[in-house]
Amino acid sequence: MFGDDIVMLSRMQFGLTALYHFLFVPLTLGMTFILGIMESVYVMTGKEVYKDMTKFWGKLFGINFAMGVTTGLTLEFQFGTNWAYYSHYVGDIFGPLLAAEGWMAFFLESTFVGLFFFGWDKLSKTQHLVVTWLLAVGTSLSALWILIANGWMQHPVGAEFNYETLRMEMTSFADVFFNPVAQVKFVHTVAAGYVTGSMFVLGISSWYLLNKRDIGFARRSFSIASAFGLASILSVIVLGDESGYTSGETQKIKLAAIESEWETHPAPASFTVLGFPDQQNEKTDFAIKIPYVLGLIATRSIDEDVKGLKDLREESVQRIKNGMLAYGELQKLRAGDTDPATKQAFDARKADLGYGLLLKKYTDNVVDADAATVAKAANDTIPKVAPLFWTFRIMVACGFTMLFIFAMSFYYCATRVADQKRWLMRMAVWCIPLPWIAAETGWFVAEFGRQPWTISGILPTHMSVSSLSADQLWFSIGGFALFYTVLLIIEMYLMLKYVRLGPSSLHTGRYCFEQTAAAH
Amino acid sequence: MFDYETIRVIWWVLIGVVGIAFALTEGFDFGIGTLLPFIGKTDLERRVIINTVGATWEGNQVWLVLLGGAIFAIWPAVYATLFSGLYAAMLLVLFALFFRPAGFDYRSKLENPGWRNAWDWALFLGGTLPPVLIGVLVGNLILGLPFHLDQDLRTFYDGSFWALLSPFALLCGVTGLLLTTFHGALFLKWRSEDVIHDRAVLAVEFLGPMLIAALSAVMLWVFIGIDRPEITQMAGTGAPSNPLHKTVVGNGAGWIEHFMQYPWMWSAPLAGLGGFAMAWWMGKGESRMGAFLFSSVGIVGIALSVGFALFPFLLISSTDPKSSLTLWDASSSHSTMVLAFWITVIFLPIVLLYTRFVYRIIWGSVTEAAVLKDSHTLY
Repeated sequence: MFGDDIVMLSRMQFGLTALYHFLFVPLTLGMTFILGIMESVYVMTGKEVYKDMTKFWGKLFGINFAMGVTTGLTLEFQFGTNWAYYSHYVGDIFGPLLAAEGWMAFFLESTFVGLFFFGWDKLSKTQHLVVTWLLAVGTSLSALWILIANGWMQHPVGAEFNYETLRMEMTSFADVFFNPVAQVKFVHTVAAGYVTGSMFVLGISSWYLLNKRDIGFARRSFSIASAFGLASILSVIVLGDESGYTSGETQKIKLAAIESEWETHPAPASFTVLGFPDQQNEKTDFAIKIPYVLGLIATRSIDEDVKGLKDLREESVQRIKNGMLAYGELQKLRAGDTDPATKQAFDARKADLGYGLLLKKYTDNVVDADAATVAKAANDTIPKVAPLFWTFRIMVACGFTMLFIFAMSFYYCATRVADQKRWLMRMAVWCIPLPWIAAETGWFVAEFGRQPWTISGILPTHMSVSSLSADQLWFSIGGFALFYTVLLIIEMYLMLKYVRLGPSSLHTGRYCFEQTAAAH
Repeated sequence: MFDYETIRVIWWVLIGVVGIAFALTEGFDFGIGTLLPFIGKTDLERRVIINTVGATWEGNQVWLVLLGGAIFAIWPAVYATLFSGLYAAMLLVLFALFFRPAGFDYRSKLENPGWRNAWDWALFLGGTLPPVLIGVLVGNLILGLPFHLDQDLRTFYDGSFWALLSPFALLCGVTGLLLTTFHGALFLKWRSEDVIHDRAVLAVEFLGPMLIAALSAVMLWVFIGIDRPEITQMAGTGAPSNPLHKTVVGNGAGWIEHFMQYPWMWSAPLAGLGGFAMAWWMGKGESRMGAFLFSSVGIVGIALSVGFALFPFLLISSTDPKSSLTLWDASSSHSTMVLAFWITVIFLPIVLLYTRFVYRIIWGSVTEAAVLKDSHTLY
């Protein structure tokens, strides 16, 4: 229907702008909570150093937050500009979730962020603390709503197709809200954000400690980050395992692709640790497997099997054939057929309508597709395995490395010898990028793994795009590339500058550069 | 609780409320951006100007985000058609908005005068381009946009970016800019002292008559020179949303006839012109809050004028009138609208309450002495 180039460019733009936005979001999620913790300690103990910590880490948070706001605007616009048919088709479900995010989250965080920075002398201690926590709650609520929206794209529940309006409509808000995929995703993602904030504070504090500057300030920041980070990384890993379980229920194909599981093996399935997926010949070379583990993760049992990609593709063939019939009945209904039998037949098959739409990529006349075309469409339902296989393993490796760092840091903090473990602090500095790598690869697994759908089983990606030309897309991609590159350079420059300055940037007269200046 | 027709009207009002809140609050933020390089001569003066909105611009901007989100939720077809059809224009608005968060937050983080000056001009662009483009957009809402829907209700745009820039739409763009700048000047006057205050008064004095003249010209042009389409047959105000289930003629009874049909609608353009006239009159003198409030009345009047004029249309198609979207046939489902209604009824008052709290905390004139005292924390 649309040229592949339009679909490809639209996906590229969405992927790049979303991944870019996701560079700033996790840090915002984590930093607001860490600021809340630091300020709570300040209010409880009255020690000025905790106030300075809140202010200094708050400065770094502010530099990051501005970019989060900038790049978040893009996403609000982009569903409409680039995914117009998607917006029409699922706006009834997706739209209210975004609007709820606006009412409950965006207003909260954006209204109180100004007061967080400028309200120190205008509010009482407790009032300011409440403001900081409201900011933190606001950012996490924002994640809640957008992940309910995303969870619905992964596992669409509580909605059905309406042939009169030619779109999906919400049938149960409760089902959408309590979608198990969404709930797990939410906790997994916000906890990943808390890990990002913790790793950021831990790494930078380690750098101050290694350079023997602002010791008291850095040591306190280090311990808060190690405790909060350990709790967070544990939730990420436990909930990550939980999302393996839920995706076993609802997104079998994604799981099978992550595991490069081509065939259905007798239960319990073994887990492929490493190997080389070979898409062409549909096998995995040099696979190293651990028996039982995949079956346990995906089905929480040892007697259910985990379906392989080839069998899943066979299921797609059946659903596509059913979808062709549903599409034929929809055409009749649309043309004004009022026979209840047609409506009944359509209702019986409409769950597979989306599979019929997969054929639109190859033929406008969905109803008379031949077996070869059906086979091609069915093959599309199997994502490219290698990228999913590897990004997933990178994410997991980053997660476990951070678990090690936080566990050691926490242990040495508890035994009060953390300052002497220079190897650990060096490792913490070098590992600052890990949470970002994990977050970006995790996002990739979730979204690339959903292909060829924007809404799993409901709406194919190639149907979702706007009616645009390649020129228009190149214009926008060029604009984003230009703005985002310049802004990123500026942001990194400021961030590094303020990290180097450290708490001296607060001009309190208590920190390292100010003391040397005073001594001269 | 509400039937489909009622909730459709309620949401037409609520989206109007969100749009008006956006124009009232982000309006003066934009205006401050436009005025910044001209009213502020020195770095310190510019910091005073920026900090009159420094703590609150971010919350104000959410009204724009929410306006987008609410249109997505309530009129998905409008969101899809408007944003994809006006692709280049929407992206230009977006790119212009990019200047603002970094402009506010990064500008005063370095001492370098070149850096600060560059961000001042970025803030100028971020405050100036959006109202011009939004003005052009509103002009095109009146003129109608060249789009059609196919039988799957997929939207196709049949025009180009340059075709949006008709003389009428450009006049609307200039009017939009005058409006935000005037509103911003009154806000700045309210929250500043001495030299900046005096320059803001000069701006008010100068911009007021231009704004009123431009608005009058736009109204005259609409009433005399533009066709208004008319629905000749439709499925019903409570029917499922399908825009193709109606017939529309491109030139029905005109805009004046439309207002004559509901004479109370005249109150909106009158409030618009009258509000700005009063704001100008009082703004030249000593009044701070009063003049700003009248400017707000003007904005409400103008926004209502646009809404009333289009009713029941949301987006008029100039090339395929039956594809036009109306509040009766482009809305989301009944239950989604009711759900979104309750969310709004609960959260709108809460948002207004804490926004009021924040404004009360930070309120007061921003002075050079105050900026110098908190030089390392303020923007």
